[in-house]
Amino acid sequence: MRRRRRAVAAAAALATTGVLAACGGESGTPVLTWYTNPDAGGQARIAAECTDEAAGEYRIEVATLPRDASSQREQLARRLAASDSSIDLMSLDPPFIPEFANAGFLAPVPEEVAGRVSEGVVEAALAGATWEDELVAVPFWANTQLLWYRVSVAEAAGLDMTQPVTWDQLIEVAAAEDVVLGVQGTKAESLTVWINALVASAGGEIVTDPEAEADAVELGLDSDAGREAARIMGEIGDQGLGGPGLPTADENASLSVFQGDRGSFMVNWPFVYTATLGAVEAGTLDAELVDDIGWAMYPQVREGEQARPPYGGINIGVGAFSEHVDLAFAAAECITTPERQAEYFVSDGNPPSSTEAYDDPAVQEEFPMADLIRESLENGAPRPQTPYYNEVSAGLQETWHPPADVSPDSTPQRATDLITAVLRGEQLL
Amino acid sequence: MSATVPAAPGGSTARAGAARTADSAVTGRPPRGRPRASDRARAEARLGWYLAGPAFVVMLAVTAYPILQAVYESLFRFRLTAPDERSFAGFGNYAVILTDGVFWRALWVTLLITVVTVVIELVLGFALALVMHKAITSLRGILRTAILVPYGIITVVSAFAWFYAFDITSGFVNQWFDWVPGISSDLNWFAQQGTSLFVIIASEVWKTTPFISLLLLAGLAQVPGELDEAAAVDGATWWQRLRRVTIPNMKAAIMVAVLFRALDAFRIFDNVFIMTNGANGTEVLSLLAYRQSISRLEIGLGSALSVLLFLCVIGISVAAVKFFKVDLAGARGER
Repeated sequence: MRRRRRAVAAAAALATTGVLAACGGESGTPVLTWYTNPDAGGQARIAAECTDEAAGEYRIEVATLPRDASSQREQLARRLAASDSSIDLMSLDPPFIPEFANAGFLAPVPEEVAGRVSEGVVEAALAGATWEDELVAVPFWANTQLLWYRVSVAEAAGLDMTQPVTWDQLIEVAAAEDVVLGVQGTKAESLTVWINALVASAGGEIVTDPEAEADAVELGLDSDAGREAARIMGEIGDQGLGGPGLPTADENASLSVFQGDRGSFMVNWPFVYTATLGAVEAGTLDAELVDDIGWAMYPQVREGEQARPPYGGINIGVGAFSEHVDLAFAAAECITTPERQAEYFVSDGNPPSSTEAYDDPAVQEEFPMADLIRESLENGAPRPQTPYYNEVSAGLQETWHPPADVSPDSTPQRATDLITAVLRGEQLL
Repeated sequence: MSATVPAAPGGSTARAGAARTADSAVTGRPPRGRPRASDRARAEARLGWYLAGPAFVVMLAVTAYPILQAVYESLFRFRLTAPDERSFAGFGNYAVILTDGVFWRALWVTLLITVVTVVIELVLGFALALVMHKAITSLRGILRTAILVPYGIITVVSAFAWFYAFDITSGFVNQWFDWVPGISSDLNWFAQQGTSLFVIIASEVWKTTPFISLLLLAGLAQVPGELDEAAAVDGATWWQRLRRVTIPNMKAAIMVAVLFRALDAFRIFDNVFIMTNGANGTEVLSLLAYRQSISRLEIGLGSALSVLLFLCVIGISVAAVKFFKVDLAGARGER
């Protein structure tokens, strides 16, 4: 009995000191909470740097969001729907920005801030931070997919990689050489990324009027571009060119296939380069592999027509219910300076949205493909910029999975029917 | 033969219920009708309310209130990101759900998983309970701990463990079992409905059989040893004793085990969410409700689905109680 009483007393004492500690200390300095996506620690470092730079004007504290983008959106949306004032800054995946902006979850960007932060930003990142012709978030880092290839396979197939290649060429080589193409066929966001890049590269659009209301949204899938995209995906799936793992392959699974014996070509984000170097350093992969890896622009759908590679990344949004909106925008500007973006690229492997940052000598040394990434971003196509992106993406995944069952004659039509019915509230998803 | 085995009444007389009144202890049956309660009975009833009252109030606050709110929300078209566009829809949400093949497919998959897991677990769990019951004293502790380990693991963790074991890139199952016809290094378990459901069900069985066997062990321990001995003396075989003495005497325990597990299995979420996230026709009702209310933020549709899920759960409970014809109050020895 006595022991228990002592334990209770100790717990009470602990609780009190905790409260006291929270109250005391740097009182007076406004604390900005920055909800970040998990990374290698770069955002926490930037938060500390900007806190120092602010010299007591504000202090940034980092709160980590769940690992995948859709869970990040779920958590932020639910909090913001309840007018959570603790959300000052947030790292937002671009496809969800229209939904947040449309719902009034994002504080409007002051004009002079918008002018400063949109200067010298790659085209795709600017588009991804814009809703109804206004900048609603501050571009931070921008991601794009490249075509990674095994030099030995390309040579054996006699493919000239200095020239743009097409998906049909890749399909031909994979079938002839009995190798596996690295594409993401799992029923997740990465499948939407692939579909969008195929449709956009064929000159089409998944959503033709992104700013329409839910029951009026029109899709552009049932078109030549949509059918061409379905043909390519269906052929890869049907002929087994993505290997047996295709229906469950995400970015990491494609990478391990690419690193294996049957690896050939892969579309993937630049993290694969740092990940491969890291694995070689750790001794889990052969050092020769690094010399066998090449990179090129995302494959074309139609020969001679510039590809529209996927665009991803993170933009910084300021919460509409924040008590320190002005300070939050000051902090956002501090976080996204070109120098910090370059540093973040080197430390965490996430490419900058500022064109200037690519000229940084450290970036050029660390990432030999930096200029290609910038070029790819200038051509990048964002995913549909609609407030109903979640429904569009989930509807695509429902109808375009598994890739082996995708057919140009039926899949685009089925996807159109499902997504429009869901948006009208007539069907479940 | 069966005539020589003493028939066991519903609430075994061997168990002296603490709450039993002096009156019923004499006759072994509660008196018909409602006689004037004695002072002691009333005091007991009052004590009962004092003890259970606070819990009852808490239950009302945390269970009844959310359920009623879900019923209310289910009558609206309401999206969390567009609170101003909330509009009354009557039973429109229910109509959308009940006319959609997606719902019926999810219901079918959920029922399949429930029935298969409960049947396998009941057989396996009973075998394990018998082993634990009969184990010699020195082994009993270790055995019970070993059997209970899977149940102590968090479902999400066990789902990930099973997922990575069967995953085509990182899994070892394909390598270890490639001598089994149909299994090779090219088998992608999570690419078809059948194989995906197999892994989901196997993981569920591995994880929760200990729970069912623990409940059955409690039931086994309640079966009076003398009944079994008497039957043995009369020459009943092991199988006859099991079927005619042991199992009838632990009917209440079996029902509780089946009911709890069936309700649990019907609400399956973690395994499916982690392993397939509903791909290849493995979507279950909980995941469907999650998708509408959490991913799509469609509170109305999601609430309507949750209400339907709740009705299914009530249906299962009623069916289980009716099917086993067991009175839970009787199982407690109150009558």
